[in-house]
Amino acid sequence: MSEVSLTAIDHSTDKNASLKQRLLRAEGSYRRRSMLLIAPLLIFLLISFVLPIGNILWKSFDNPEVVRALPTTLLALQGWDGESRPDEKVFVALVKDLKTAKDEGQIPSLIKRLGYEDGRYRTLLTMALRKLPDDGVESTSRSLIAQSTLWAEPSTWRSIQRAGRTLTAYYVLAAFDHQVDAQSGNIVELPKGQALYLSVLMRTLWMALVVTLLCVLFGYPVAYWLAKQPSSRANLWLIMVLLPFWTSLLVRTAGWIVLLQNGGLINHSMIALGLIDQPLQLVFNRVGVYISMTHILLPFVILPLYAVMKGISPNYVRAAVSLGAHPFRAFWSAYVPQTFAGVTAGALLVFIMAIGYYITPALLGGPGDQMLSYFVAFYTNTTINWGMAAALGSQLLIIVLLLYWVYSRVTRPANPAQRA
Amino acid sequence: MSSVPPYVRFRGVQKSYDGEQLVVKKLDLDIQRGEFLTLLGPSGSGKTTTLMMLAGFETPTQGEILLDGKPLHTVAPHQRGIGMVFQNYALFPHMTVAGNLAFPLKVRRMSAVDIELKVKRALDMVQLGHLAQRYPAQLSGGQQQRIALARALVFEPSLVLMDEPLGALDKQLREQMQLEIRRLHRQLGLTVVFVTHDQAEALTLSDRVAVFNDGVIQQIDTPKALYEHPCNSFVAHFIGENNALPGTVVSVSGAECRVRLADGSEVGARASTALSAGEPTSLSIRPERIALNVPSANSLSGRIEELIYLGDHVRVRLNVAGHEAFTAKVPIADMHDDWLAGHTVPVSWFSHDASALDPLVHH
Ligand SMILES: Nc1ncnc2c1ncn2[C@@H]1O[C@H](COP(=O)(O)OP(=O)(O)O)[C@@H](O)[C@H]1O
Ligand SMILES: [Mg+2]
Repeated sequence: MSEVSLTAIDHSTDKNASLKQRLLRAEGSYRRRSMLLIAPLLIFLLISFVLPIGNILWKSFDNPEVVRALPTTLLALQGWDGESRPDEKVFVALVKDLKTAKDEGQIPSLIKRLGYEDGRYRTLLTMALRKLPDDGVESTSRSLIAQSTLWAEPSTWRSIQRAGRTLTAYYVLAAFDHQVDAQSGNIVELPKGQALYLSVLMRTLWMALVVTLLCVLFGYPVAYWLAKQPSSRANLWLIMVLLPFWTSLLVRTAGWIVLLQNGGLINHSMIALGLIDQPLQLVFNRVGVYISMTHILLPFVILPLYAVMKGISPNYVRAAVSLGAHPFRAFWSAYVPQTFAGVTAGALLVFIMAIGYYITPALLGGPGDQMLSYFVAFYTNTTINWGMAAALGSQLLIIVLLLYWVYSRVTRPANPAQRA
Repeated sequence: MSSVPPYVRFRGVQKSYDGEQLVVKKLDLDIQRGEFLTLLGPSGSGKTTTLMMLAGFETPTQGEILLDGKPLHTVAPHQRGIGMVFQNYALFPHMTVAGNLAFPLKVRRMSAVDIELKVKRALDMVQLGHLAQRYPAQLSGGQQQRIALARALVFEPSLVLMDEPLGALDKQLREQMQLEIRRLHRQLGLTVVFVTHDQAEALTLSDRVAVFNDGVIQQIDTPKALYEHPCNSFVAHFIGENNALPGTVVSVSGAECRVRLADGSEVGARASTALSAGEPTSLSIRPERIALNVPSANSLSGRIEELIYLGDHVRVRLNVAGHEAFTAKVPIADMHDDWLAGHTVPVSWFSHDASALDPLVHH
């Protein structure tokens, strides 16, 4: 009896396997054809999206300066115990490397890079380069140490070793206000005066959060009202909502300066109406940034909300009222929960866009209102520090990914039927 | 019945959405306590609007609705205590079945123990106790419909409104649900106002049916009276199958009249009150009231065009008085073997089974 059922099971699994194979074969050509259709987009995304982002992520760890400039020094340091003063051959190698680097024009990037490890190395190297010991000198180490006792310190060489790795955590640590201590080699917080990015990051997140909340607060009623309009009129209003997109971001931002400045339209009319005596400071501070960013990002909340609300039958609220709920309660418990998907989609969109904002805070904010992107721009345009720019950029990227992960967990419906 | 004041009364109610067109033109309607009244009519005839006015989601542009003698507009919609089943059920998708049923009870601030008890009882009433923790999207159409029904009844309203509640179900399920709704109506002593465009459903369920067309009640009567004595051609056509023969009224004597048909033959019929001699009319006869091969006073000759054998009866399509779509339903026992397409047979009916109604405008 059991034999019979066993063979039956075997038979069925065998059949299943071949069915699966047949299904794969049957769908294979369809899948290949659809791959072909989306191939242009895939290639475009790869070139314009995946590669640059990969490059940025790579740049925040890439550490080529010292490796390129001091190859023999690093080689000579390999046998060093890390505690005592290095051998004479290390000093000789350094001088040799510095000479080559000088000829090849690698000195500025080397000085910049070693300066990140410890500011004192800047003068140390400049001094050494000004008076490089000749080949003939009897002890290279002694003449270098004569310039500065720092050359005798093992920590100096440890720093060179650390900066000489092909990959570095320096930029990423710096982006989180940390560094590797030159003496101990431990990861420590940056001293108070130098710490900057964590507070900028917090400020960025906070400003984005405020803008998101404002957008949802203003956008929700607008979307609700739009969804209640007959569609011909709603379309007209939707065009009005989208109107800001027809002008460039720069023009809109400049427009806000005109409106919000001390002698601007808003202050002017409020003084004329006797509401205030002194003009309010509405621009070149946080208020101006909030006003303008909310205005610019509002459509990104309204549109997904409108789409969601349009699909909600008025019968839900009616049903709740017929069941005895006060209209407010009916709205709150029968309507609002059905718009959560739209709210989270819109809010996430606004938040993600807001944390990357650069022009608006730069033009409408004060020095204390600059967001993380300002520093990314600063490092790419002004100091040409790609490592730092890339690390800060990656920081934003990782936060966005984290947010997205949280979002997908939070919005996963409790109802498994909707999950499918 | 007339001595009891009506439970719901529509008095001269009108409704317009756009200020130009009247969707409900003039509505006078009394509904008795415990009655099952159906609003039957084609799509767009104003049934939903009428129901929504009663529920309080639309306001009449004119006239008054009284509930239990009190003007309805003095009570806020959420305090009317009227149970309502919507066309697409309107079950809250973010709440479980139990949550949906508990909603009206929570709103009424009942204790958790009472709520649990009543929810369970309501679910048992529609035999879906095992689905309490499911979400509406996980239920079949028939199950959703039962839950919607249970939700409308769980807070024990005495008046329940249903707007085409069975429209989305297949035939078998619909018939099953009709029986269930009838059972609940009797068992709970409810007053039900039911909207449908399905005449069979209306006849199955109702104590009385109000036939709507163009925002006006054409006739309101028991199913039998509607079927047997339609008051105009619209009702005769909308309910059941009907043969309509155009003709002219020759004479009227009381409830009887004589009608001349298109081919010149004259037949007797019941007169609708509005007709007088010389007026055009449309003669309405139900197919099952027609006898073939039985010569009598109202006898015409008809040529058989088509015969369809249906087991329990046979449908015969005939050409009678120039009208090609004249249908007779004949019991199998009365069928003759020599009925073949092309044969001519006597076609007859009793005068009191034919109604002379208003002439058909279109067709
Ligand atoms: N909210 C509304 N606004 C404007 N017109 C409406 C509205 N609801 C219904 N109508 C119109 O009123 C007429 C009657 O509709 P309705 O009462 O829903 O009919 P039924 O339920 O009998 O199909 C239709 O012509 C419909 O287009
Ligand atoms: Mg309707």
